[in-house]
Amino acid sequence: MSSLWEYANPQKFMRTSSVLLPVFSVAAAICLGVGLVWGFFLTPEAENFGSTVKIIYIHVPAAMMAINAWVMMLVTSLIWLVRRHHVSALAARAAAPIGMTMTLIALITGAIWGEPMWGTYWVWDPRLTSFMILFLFYLGYIALWEAIENPDAAADLTSVLCIVGSVFALLSRYAVNFWSQGLHQGASLSLDKKENVADVFYIPLLFCIAGFVCLFVALVLLRTRTEIRARRVRAMLARERMA
Amino acid sequence: MIALLQRDLRLAIRAGGGFGLGLAFFLIIVVLVPFGVGSDSGLLAAIAPGILWVGALLACLLSLDRIFALDHEDGSLDLLATAPIPLEGVVAMKAAAHWVTTGLPLTLAAPGLGLLLNLPAAGYGWLAASLALGTPALSMIGSFGAALTVGLKRGGLLLSLLVLPLYVPTLIFGAEAVARGIDGRDTGTPLLMLTAITLAAMALLPFAAAAAIRINLR
Repeated sequence: MSSLWEYANPQKFMRTSSVLLPVFSVAAAICLGVGLVWGFFLTPEAENFGSTVKIIYIHVPAAMMAINAWVMMLVTSLIWLVRRHHVSALAARAAAPIGMTMTLIALITGAIWGEPMWGTYWVWDPRLTSFMILFLFYLGYIALWEAIENPDAAADLTSVLCIVGSVFALLSRYAVNFWSQGLHQGASLSLDKKENVADVFYIPLLFCIAGFVCLFVALVLLRTRTEIRARRVRAMLARERMA
Repeated sequence: MIALLQRDLRLAIRAGGGFGLGLAFFLIIVVLVPFGVGSDSGLLAAIAPGILWVGALLACLLSLDRIFALDHEDGSLDLLATAPIPLEGVVAMKAAAHWVTTGLPLTLAAPGLGLLLNLPAAGYGWLAASLALGTPALSMIGSFGAALTVGLKRGGLLLSLLVLPLYVPTLIFGAEAVARGIDGRDTGTPLLMLTAITLAAMALLPFAAAAAIRINLR
């Protein structure tokens, strides 16, 4: 019976991820290709939105991944603190810049979408503001990783920051809700409600979301592999200096 | 622990700098705002609660890196870490000393500075109350940030990047309480939330900060 923890062994992780990486990359390319082409060229223009609605195919998946990346970092940070698996800490480190980029994409596409819809690129709306704060959390997290030289201490400290940051990110989310009522519409997708976007837009959007998930997994795998290799190189250089 | 508190307080007062500097910085911010936005007293009255809270927050931020850095440099932090009292208690006392030397003076000075910003009369009590309830949270969150960056050479800038996003909820509820107090609306919710943040920060963050110090001293 094999256990999930086997993948904490870098060698095993490298072997498995070398198989998974192309699979997820291809899946991401296919899903994104299908979803974007379908979404941009084959769907009708929405009433009272015009063609600008099509930015939804990038905006919504990016926003979802921006939050999910932080959740993933929280889980891997906890695993690192409890079970001390290096791959876990490195995966958290690898995910942070990707999450930050997703946050930035969501903010920028949101601004581009906001201009024709609300007549302004930016409003201090709860959803927008909490994303801006999430962006700041990512910046702080990445900066802390970069600032500390000892890799184990850096992993420990960023894990603690990630956990505390998660609590405050959640708190900020509700605090800004309380602070101002905004323009942003409610969630476009949910499992139990009938208030989803219209069916014509729904299916390509699902493709795009699946594509973003696969893209995220592929990028995290790629960056984690790079981190592991970089650490091996550092270890070899250190050994050479010792000899 | 009481001895530690007294020691930190004596150090902060005798070493100069830290104690008055935060207040002076707060004063500078409040003086600069009218130059920036114009001296229209109606406008100043409207933004006064927010500016006073942001000013208090920045003044608090200014002195954060002193919480552990000096003790780390001269080695006394190692002694404190191996002392018979738990490191969590040390952190809590450090945060308390930071609050007494910055948060408390800021709370006391804020109504006076409110005068400069033409804060409406109804706001003074709420400003003092919200700062009194909120600044302990600022000190506690700040000592967590200081604990994370204690071993770093250029910790100051990084510290502000780490701590400012954590300050957001406190700032929102604090400024909202004052703004509601001025309008004569119910201030119960923001003040209760502020108290909740402060109590939760005092209960939980010493453990996170102590963990960070242990990692940094390892």
